[in-house]
Amino acid sequence: MKRTINIWQDIDKVTLFLFLILVTLGWFNIYAAVYNEEHTRILDLSQRYGKQFVWIIATLVLAVFIMIIDARFYFFFSWFIYGGIVLLLLLVLVLGKEINGARSWFEFGQISFQPSEFAKFGTALVLADFLSKRRQDLTKFNVIIPAVAIILFPVLLIAFQPDLGSTVVFFSFFLVLFREGMSPYIFVSGLLMLILFFFTLLFNDIYLELGMTAIAFFLAWLATRKLKVCLTGLGIFIVVTALLYALDHYVMDVLGGKMIILISVIISGLAFAYYIYQKKAYTVLIIYLFLFGSIIYIDSVDYVYSHLLKPHQQERIEIMLGFKSDPHGTGYNVNQSLISIGSGGWSGKGYLQGTQTKFKFVPAQSTDFIFCTIGEEWGFLGSLAVIGLYLFLLLRLIILAERQRSVFCRIYGYGVAAVFFTHFFINIGMAIGLVPVIGIPLPFLSYGGSSLWGFTILLFIFLRLDASRTEYLI
Amino acid sequence: MKDLFSGRKYFIISLLIIATLLLIIKLFIIQVVEDTYRLSADNNVLRYVTQYPARGLIFDRNGKPIVTNQAAYDLMVVPAQTGKMDTLLFCSELGITREVLVERLKAAISYSRRAPSVFLKQISAETYAKFQEKMFMYPGFYVQPRTLRKYSRPVAAHLLGYVSEVDEALIKQNPYYKPGDYIGKLGIEEAYEKELRGSRGVKIYMVDVYSRIKGSYADGTLDTIAVQGSDVTSTIDLDLQEYGEKLMKHKTGSIVAIEPATGEILALVSSPDYDPSLLVGRVRSENFSMLQADTLLPLFNRAFMASYPPGSTFKPLNALIALQEKVIYPGTKFGCNNGYLFVRCHSHSSPLDLEGAIMNSCNSYFCQTFRRILENQSYLSVSDAYEKWKKYVNEFGFGRKLGSEFVNELNGIIPSSAYYDRYYGKGRWKALNVISLAIGQGEIGTTPLQMANMTAAIANRGFFYTPHIVKTIAGNNRIDSAYTTRHDISIDSANFEPVILGMEAAVNGGAGATARSAALTDITVCGKTGTAENPHGADHSVFIAFAPKEHPRIAIAVYVENAGFGATHAAPVASLMIEKYLRGEVSEASRWKEQRILELDLIKNPLPDETDN
Repeated sequence: MKRTINIWQDIDKVTLFLFLILVTLGWFNIYAAVYNEEHTRILDLSQRYGKQFVWIIATLVLAVFIMIIDARFYFFFSWFIYGGIVLLLLLVLVLGKEINGARSWFEFGQISFQPSEFAKFGTALVLADFLSKRRQDLTKFNVIIPAVAIILFPVLLIAFQPDLGSTVVFFSFFLVLFREGMSPYIFVSGLLMLILFFFTLLFNDIYLELGMTAIAFFLAWLATRKLKVCLTGLGIFIVVTALLYALDHYVMDVLGGKMIILISVIISGLAFAYYIYQKKAYTVLIIYLFLFGSIIYIDSVDYVYSHLLKPHQQERIEIMLGFKSDPHGTGYNVNQSLISIGSGGWSGKGYLQGTQTKFKFVPAQSTDFIFCTIGEEWGFLGSLAVIGLYLFLLLRLIILAERQRSVFCRIYGYGVAAVFFTHFFINIGMAIGLVPVIGIPLPFLSYGGSSLWGFTILLFIFLRLDASRTEYLI
Repeated sequence: MKDLFSGRKYFIISLLIIATLLLIIKLFIIQVVEDTYRLSADNNVLRYVTQYPARGLIFDRNGKPIVTNQAAYDLMVVPAQTGKMDTLLFCSELGITREVLVERLKAAISYSRRAPSVFLKQISAETYAKFQEKMFMYPGFYVQPRTLRKYSRPVAAHLLGYVSEVDEALIKQNPYYKPGDYIGKLGIEEAYEKELRGSRGVKIYMVDVYSRIKGSYADGTLDTIAVQGSDVTSTIDLDLQEYGEKLMKHKTGSIVAIEPATGEILALVSSPDYDPSLLVGRVRSENFSMLQADTLLPLFNRAFMASYPPGSTFKPLNALIALQEKVIYPGTKFGCNNGYLFVRCHSHSSPLDLEGAIMNSCNSYFCQTFRRILENQSYLSVSDAYEKWKKYVNEFGFGRKLGSEFVNELNGIIPSSAYYDRYYGKGRWKALNVISLAIGQGEIGTTPLQMANMTAAIANRGFFYTPHIVKTIAGNNRIDSAYTTRHDISIDSANFEPVILGMEAAVNGGAGATARSAALTDITVCGKTGTAENPHGADHSVFIAFAPKEHPRIAIAVYVENAGFGATHAAPVASLMIEKYLRGEVSEASRWKEQRILELDLIKNPLPDETDN
């Protein structure tokens, strides 16, 4: 099944249009962010907007180039691309230039290059290839495990740099796995882990664990509708906990609150096991396993957080949770960012009128905090428009992905959408204090050649695949 | 190939939309609902630089500048904006030690991290010029131009007052003032503070995170301009003032000269005094303590804060009251036999009429006159007659603040009859008990300013204007109506003539005239000597005078402390002052007088205490 296609006719013009708007908006905002009355020439290569201008021209050439290449190239060479990028990720650990304690960049004179930006499309391609060939039977662990390995291998390498921001992005591929049939339990577990992670830091672990236990009993009651059974179970748990507490308090004094809860969950679990086995109450088993997992997880997070994370990493998370409010201390970035976005008000201060961004109160304002310029100069309406554009792009990508006839293309399309979504949500979210400060760029808007190229390649390979959707069935 | 999980796309789409909504809600809260961020943003980038107005200038009555301004620079610091800098260079340029730097910075931080505070006050123009070039190396520091007072001549310190920085107590009391503001203290500076201070402006600059100024905010439309304080023209004759201070050098005492027709103070000398520029700038506090420690009290303004008994200079007043009460006539004669009862008198011809009595300053005459005032049968009691006398005395401005601009004017003392009632018992005192009042001694206290005012009232033949020191404000001569209201004294102007004749004779009369040392050629000086009894040392030499006799242009009171008889020192000083003012210079004929006064050093060579004990 083959017919010749005309790339210009078959390319999805809506997405192309959104891409062009975002890139243009990006340039204007970088211009505003580094705006300086002494340098107003657009092509001033000493200024970031001058450089970005060159990057944008180059990226358009790159886009055309991607569109010209036969769609099958990406399909057949996905593993080579992946392998090449893995090689680069290995090389950057050795040859990379250390900036702010991380080896993430190659530097060739004036030009820097960040391989992790390119690892995203490589991973997406290989994931698509792997899953489409395995007939997407993601209900089986022998499929899930290699799929997760494909995702986590680059994550591991990037974590060595270390670049926390980029690693987070790769977890968005789990959304793709979910779409392709991975058990919702795994997905829910993931979400639960994320929520519990923050709760662990926010609340007293013991209360959190007791709360989780109470929820588990409530869920068990919802599932079984047997109040007597549930209350008996709760009674067993309370008695065991009380005995352990008394024992620890008066005799041993080594366990501590969290250990007591863990042990009593295990001991009571033995009692429940009999019931579960007798009545074949698998729902209760699942609830129990979730509870047990959660408690282990909470304890581990606490341990990792207090013992393994570096102080500045702890701080970043604490800022996001609102633990720290010293405007000159660690929360400086977020505070300044909030101030500049907040001061934009309803309709903003007008283009180039942003005082906060213009006078460099916000750090990294042309890269990770580019949204500040939008928020301050264009206000709520402008921010809404930009967010709207992104949502439109994301939904468009999903529509495009869903219309693919090949599983490879659909999976790749979801991969693109998931990566864009993660960048979009985390970048804007951190600028407005909704998520911790994770240094990742806003696609097409942030300054930077590597990220712009990385996103362009990611998007245009998909547009190329989409243009050819009637050409091949791959 | 069947897509088993197609339905999950809806879950994913919902997830995207929910996440996006979360972003929008949070954005709406911080951008539209909350306005705290907007306020923070203003403080972030706007630096409000107070524009301090230059204080108004002070001129003398002839338009000569007395007080002008000079530029000074306050080095300000915003602790939050400071950064890495070469502290060694910084300290050496400002001439401070590292400890001072650390201590000042700490103080600034404890005041506020974000608000500017003064790091170093009033650095000189030279230091500023050097420092300014390297300002960029010291983030968080900037210079605030200020003005300091500059004095054209080292005179009139008491009259002018000084300018100091407001203290915390005052800021609490008067919210107009903010830390770092200047305020006038004493003299014209305090009295006309509102006019002189002008009004502050504020210039709003936009600064970047390194606190570098990036231009004015909103094109300066929100800036307010500092309005310079109004210039004030004083009634002082600067030359006369300077001359008076020169004459009073090495003596303690005071000179007050008034233009009788207007009440304008022509000169106000209190000696010892000090160079007003000692209290300018960074040296002020140090010098202030030094002046405060001086045993001669140079900060003490004797002109209206010292109360002395007026001595014989009070006699014309008693004569006027007696004439008005018709208890004597110009022709009334009293004999004198070297005194009256226990009040002694010097040798002179006897008996004397009023003119002669004033000329000779006869104590007997005035004791008898005073008895007649108090024993006047028109009144029910001595006490009533005394109250009537006191009423006249008060009318002349004694026993109360005259109401000049000087805030710390002294009341002086004119005791009420109740005072004597308490002392002697009600109705138990007679004229003789208070007879020393007849010759200006006893329980009576007057300031040099009050005496000058009385002299002006006599010169005017029965009225005066409240003495004041400011003629025009910002070129506008509508000064406070209190100074343009004529105060009439309830003594007929006809009664003044015989008294003035006596005062004329005292200066220009023949044998027995007490104040011949005040006489001038071609100018008729009318005067009266006085010797204020001083229980602590030599008596004070007092002299009051006005001139010329007709259409008097100057009325003057001179106190020279511990200088003995009025004629010896106070009278020549007064005559020199009168001549200087009326002629513009001292004539050859008076040179010897001038020489004698200038050479007189009562501080080094005090007169012996001749008071009879």
